[in-house]
Amino acid sequence: MNVRHAKFFLLGAIALSFLVSLFANQIKSYWLFISYDIGINIILAVSLNLINGYTGQFSLGHAGFMAVGAYTAAVITNQFGELNTFASGAVFFGALLAGGLAAAIAGLLVGIPTLRLRGDYLAIVTLGFGEIIRVIFQNMQSVGGARGLSVMHGWTNFFWAFGFAAMTVYVVTALVHSTYGRGFIAVRDDEVAASAMGISTTRYKVTAFVVGAFFAGVAGGLYAHSKQFLTPGGFNFMQSIAIVVMVILGGMGNTIGVIIAAILLTLLPEFLRPVAEYRMIIYSLLLIILMLTRPQGLFSLRKSPSK
Amino acid sequence: MSALLQLDKTTIRFGGLTAVSELDLQIGAHELVGLIGPNGAGKTTAFNLITGVYQPTAGAISFDGQLTANCKPHQLTKLGIARTFQNIRLFDSMSVFDNVRTAARLHCPRGVRNALWRGRAFRDGEKEIADEVMELLEIFQLGKFRNTLAKSLSYGDQRRLEIVRALATKPKLLLLDEPAAGMNASEKTELMRLIQFIKDKFQISVLLVEHDMQVVMGICERIAVLDYGVKIAEGKPAEIRANPKVIEAYLGD
Repeated sequence: MNVRHAKFFLLGAIALSFLVSLFANQIKSYWLFISYDIGINIILAVSLNLINGYTGQFSLGHAGFMAVGAYTAAVITNQFGELNTFASGAVFFGALLAGGLAAAIAGLLVGIPTLRLRGDYLAIVTLGFGEIIRVIFQNMQSVGGARGLSVMHGWTNFFWAFGFAAMTVYVVTALVHSTYGRGFIAVRDDEVAASAMGISTTRYKVTAFVVGAFFAGVAGGLYAHSKQFLTPGGFNFMQSIAIVVMVILGGMGNTIGVIIAAILLTLLPEFLRPVAEYRMIIYSLLLIILMLTRPQGLFSLRKSPSK
Repeated sequence: MSALLQLDKTTIRFGGLTAVSELDLQIGAHELVGLIGPNGAGKTTAFNLITGVYQPTAGAISFDGQLTANCKPHQLTKLGIARTFQNIRLFDSMSVFDNVRTAARLHCPRGVRNALWRGRAFRDGEKEIADEVMELLEIFQLGKFRNTLAKSLSYGDQRRLEIVRALATKPKLLLLDEPAAGMNASEKTELMRLIQFIKDKFQISVLLVEHDMQVVMGICERIAVLDYGVKIAEGKPAEIRANPKVIEAYLGD
C-alpha cells in the first residue's frame, strides 16, 4: 500500500462510502446487510492483525473486546428515542467512540498483566479473558443477561461501516509504516534484540493491544446497530477464532491480504447457504489446505521491505 | 575523571552457583578492552549484567556516573550501551535498511500521534533518520543491500549489519559478544580492522568478549581474564600472555 497517499485514500474511502450510502436504498437489503458484515469484519481482522500479525502477540480475545464495545454503544444509544438524521449521526458516532474507548481500556487491563507471557501462554490467557467478558455480560441483568439485549436503533449503514473500516486500515497502516512502527515488527521478530536496540517491548505490546481493542470495540458497536440484538453467546470463542482465521488466511502482517480474507470469509457462508451444514467443514478444510500449501498466507504478495 | 563503565565487586549467583564473583572492571572513555576466559568462565554472564539482562546479586554497576541497578536493557541502550549478540539476532523479516532504522529511532522520539498525522514534522523526521541510516550503511559498505532482507545476507555481512545496527543507537560503549565466532582467518583480520575503525571513527569505547586469542591480543589495549567467575588477571596483552595464572587456566596444569 502506498503510504504517501494514505491520507487521500482515507478521505476518498470515507467519501465513497458516504456516496454509496446515499444510494443504499437501491441495493437489495440482503446484500446491504452483508456489506455491513464485510465492513465490520474488515475492522476486526485488520485491527487483530496489528496484534497478531505485526506485533506477533497471539491473541484469542478479540471477540471479548468486540463485546465490550457492542454493549457499551448499545446501552448508550438505547437512552435516546427517535432522532433526526443529524442528531442520530452525532449520537451514534459518540456511542461508537465510547464503545471503542471502553474496549481500549479493557485492552489495557488485559495487556499489562499478560504481556510477560508469550506464544501459547498468551493465547490461553486472552482466550480466558474473552470468556470472562462473555460470562460477565451473561450474568449482568441490566443488559438482559443471557436473554440478550435489544438495540433500538438500526443506525449502522454503509457509510459508518466502511468509513470506520477505512479508518482502521489507515491507522494500522500508518502506524506500521513508519520508523516508529518498525518497532512492532522488531518485537515480533526478536524481542531480545528489540530491547537491546532501546525499544520498550512492553510499551509496544500494550499500544498494539489498546489500538487493536479500540477498533474491535468500534466494530462491536457497528455490529450491535446492524443486528439490533445482542446475546453474549454471539461473542464466544468461535467468534474470536473466526477473526483469527481471517488474519491467518490473509497472511499475518499483510493488511491487504487480511482485507481480502475478511471479504471472502464473509461472503463464503452466503454462497455456501445451500450446503449450510457443511460450512464449518469447508472452512476448516480451507485452513488445513492453506497451512499446508501457503503457510505465509493466501495473499502474501511481494513484501516491500522499506517505506 | 571517573570511568565510563564501572563494575564494583559485582556478583551474581544462580541458586548455589556463583557465576560471576566480585568482579571489578573499569572501562574508560575511548578505550578498547577485552574480556576473555575459558568456556563457562562467566564472560557472557558479565555481559548480560552490564546490559541489564541480569541484575547483580551484590555489588554495583555504574555507567557514565549513573548507577544502573534496576535499569531495563532498553533503558541502558538509551543511556548509551549498545550490544551485539553471540548468535546473530537480526530482525529477519525486515530489510537491511529497516533493521538499522529501527535502532536509529531511539534518539528521535516520534510516536503514535506523529505517525498517524503524517504532517511535515513526521516527513522531515523520517527523512532525517533515513539519511542517517544510509550514511551508516555506506560507511560499512552495506548501502547496496539496503532493500535486501537481513536474513538473506551472507554470514559476514550479517555480523557487520548487527554492529551497524548497534551503532545506530549512538552508543558511548559498544559491547561485542564473540564477534569472531565462525570466522576464518582473513575474516578475522578484517574484523579486527573494523573494530579499530569503529572505535576511532565514532570515538567510543568497546568491550570485546572473545574466545579468539588472535583477535583479542591483536587489538585490545587492556585485557581482563575471567576463570570460574573470578577475575584472575588484568593488563596489557603482553602481560596477559606471560601471566602464569592465565596460561594455567587455558592450558590446565
